[in-house]
Amino acid sequence: MSRGGNRVAHLASVCITLYAFWLLLSGYFEPFLLAAGAGSALCVALLARRMAIVDPEGHPIHLALAVLAYWPWLFKEIAKAGWDVSRIILDPRLPISPVLVRFKPSQASQLGLVTHANSITLTPGTITVEASPREFLVHALTRAAGETVVGSEMDRRVSRLEGSD
Amino acid sequence: MNTVVDILSWGFLLAGGAFCAIGALGLVRMPDFYTRMHAAGVTDTLGAGLMLFGMMLQAGLSLVTVKLIMIGLLIFFTSPSATHALARAARARGLQPLLATGKGPSKRS
Repeated sequence: MSRGGNRVAHLASVCITLYAFWLLLSGYFEPFLLAAGAGSALCVALLARRMAIVDPEGHPIHLALAVLAYWPWLFKEIAKAGWDVSRIILDPRLPISPVLVRFKPSQASQLGLVTHANSITLTPGTITVEASPREFLVHALTRAAGETVVGSEMDRRVSRLEGSD
Repeated sequence: MNTVVDILSWGFLLAGGAFCAIGALGLVRMPDFYTRMHAAGVTDTLGAGLMLFGMMLQAGLSLVTVKLIMIGLLIFFTSPSATHALARAARARGLQPLLATGKGPSKRS
């Protein structure tokens, strides 16, 4: 597909997403409201294009399928890490060993870096304090948690995710 | 069938509530700013997530469930951003984290 065609397809997907959002939030399916919703979605999509605030980064529809494979894995990691942190909190000795870890993430795009940094922060026990293409600075609740973020499975999975468009 | 869903939903709601309470307890017990944020993370993710899932079981296949999913997605994207902004702001202001020394777990000061 040509570049122009791609942009039209992308704008159409923004429009469809906005319309679906309207329908699901309203829950009314009368002709007038259906039409009003379609008009609003179209207006917002066109205005957003005029303001140049929609791009593949802001509406990354091309990653939708890959994300569906990544999220279940991420949820599992969040559950495991959350359980570990909960046990530390409930332990009378409070066995924490906070560390700061620096490492270089393997992602190339801004979107990939944000996904990686947010995934680290979402996982209880690790917080991304600084994120740049060259280096992530991560605060970890325990030394063990700090070791898991460097060259991690998460790093590989996010890189695969961003490469799959 | 309804009873099974009800019991499951209660289980998720209670588990979510328990993780919220654990997060709150951690917030009090942790020794410094950064470690407290880790405790708050348990409330954000497991607490909110399990409770939302419990509510989805109550709502069944309806628009309410769709709205609950939207709330979940909102938390899923905004909470790490807010946590990151908070940690970054603290570091930019020069707040030094309490770090473990040596091999063993750090002591509470």
